[in-house]
Amino acid sequence: MAEKDEEIIICRCEEVTLGEIREWINKGYETFDELKRVLRVGMGPCQGRGCREIILRELSAKTGRPVSEIHPGTFRPPSKPVKLSLLAEIGDE
Amino acid sequence: MTLKRIADVVVIGAGIQGCSIAYNIAKSGLRNVVVLEKDTICSGSTGRCGAGIRAQWGTEMNCRFGLAAIEKFERLQEELGMDCGLHQGGYLVVAYRDSEFERLKESMRLQNSLGINTRVVSYAEAREICPGLSAEDAVGFTFHDRDGHADPFLTTFAYMEAARRLGVKFLRFTEVKAIKAVAGRVKGVKTNRGDFDAPVVVNAAGGYAQQVAKMAGVEIPNFSERHEILITEPVEPGVCPPMLISFSGNFYIQQRPNGSMIGGCSPEGHPQDYGLGTSWNFLESMSRTFVKLLPRTRGIRVARQWSGLYNMTPDCQPILCESDDLKGFFLSCGYSGHGFMFGPISGELLAQQILGQKPTIPIGMLHYKRFERGELLVEPAVV
Repeated sequence: MAEKDEEIIICRCEEVTLGEIREWINKGYETFDELKRVLRVGMGPCQGRGCREIILRELSAKTGRPVSEIHPGTFRPPSKPVKLSLLAEIGDE
Repeated sequence: MTLKRIADVVVIGAGIQGCSIAYNIAKSGLRNVVVLEKDTICSGSTGRCGAGIRAQWGTEMNCRFGLAAIEKFERLQEELGMDCGLHQGGYLVVAYRDSEFERLKESMRLQNSLGINTRVVSYAEAREICPGLSAEDAVGFTFHDRDGHADPFLTTFAYMEAARRLGVKFLRFTEVKAIKAVAGRVKGVKTNRGDFDAPVVVNAAGGYAQQVAKMAGVEIPNFSERHEILITEPVEPGVCPPMLISFSGNFYIQQRPNGSMIGGCSPEGHPQDYGLGTSWNFLESMSRTFVKLLPRTRGIRVARQWSGLYNMTPDCQPILCESDDLKGFFLSCGYSGHGFMFGPISGELLAQQILGQKPTIPIGMLHYKRFERGELLVEPAVV
């Protein structure tokens, strides 16, 4: 069962498994931002909407700090993906 | 954890420069090195950069650094034991003015004389290198096939992990508040987590380098500009195989190995307020550049935009030296937007100087006193 857990895909945008996330947390990558940089979790089109809570819980379990005290990383604009053509032509109207 | 408070070397900043310097010092046998980082590893300019690597420069010093860095990158995975995401699709430089094209050709002759095989390519060839390119308004192109890009995060972490294996300590959330000195010699630093004593302190603080220098009583003319950048969702490879760049067009565009496209430009100057905000104007302007140059990107979606600091010097070349004003205080800063790509070589050269060896590329010209003396080495090829 535990082995199966490790294979679960947590970040669907970048296809990162729970096992990989735990492996890097154990290597000392104990902030969301550092996991983001090394594994690209939260860097895909959804910006971590699917994986962030699960990763914060994993960080909490490792560090003993409540999720509310763990920095959740940065959400960047645009809040959802927008086509280049749409952005390029907005000024023309 | 009990912190080791006495070190041989304290490095301020855990971006590419700090990590590369620490690794190269430790590799030479001096293992008691501490790297202090006020945030997390790779959280500053390195982690926000456009990731490009090139040898197509306009000054001899930058050409030498660029070529030496490419040679390092080509063997970095082997040396550090981690994939650094290197992709060598070349840099295709686009000139829109005759005078600009003449200058590119002049730089090309300099590059060729230094062993960099840059060549002029026709529009037809440019379209073979970058299928779908639309640049009828360009007057000429140069191309160097060993240029490209690497992953700034993985490269920095690779240096950090290799340095750690050699005994280097990395302390995050540790901000330097003061530099300690006695009789013109550096003695260590004061931080929010106490003092660290060392006979050598290195300023690799990126966008904040001038603030750290000031703590040491060292005046440098550096200033930090905000530059913006965006990334798209991943698409199939081959949409933009080379790095497309133009100095007059003021843009760069590349495609990461995972398929997402990165683009940066400068629509309205560069605020110097240390802010890391993002603007609508950039988003609109960069999107126009994308669809004009690569019309088939029209349907690709922008996923994120962010900004970062270029630590600028008056001649757009770095400061890499020991201070005359405070012995034992070294500087590696002012890379003016190309610190990531030079990191592998500049870290090695400064480590050599710190260890009393002769740097394999002479760096005397990169002393900050050149600005006082008026001996500027102006680099024209910067976006």
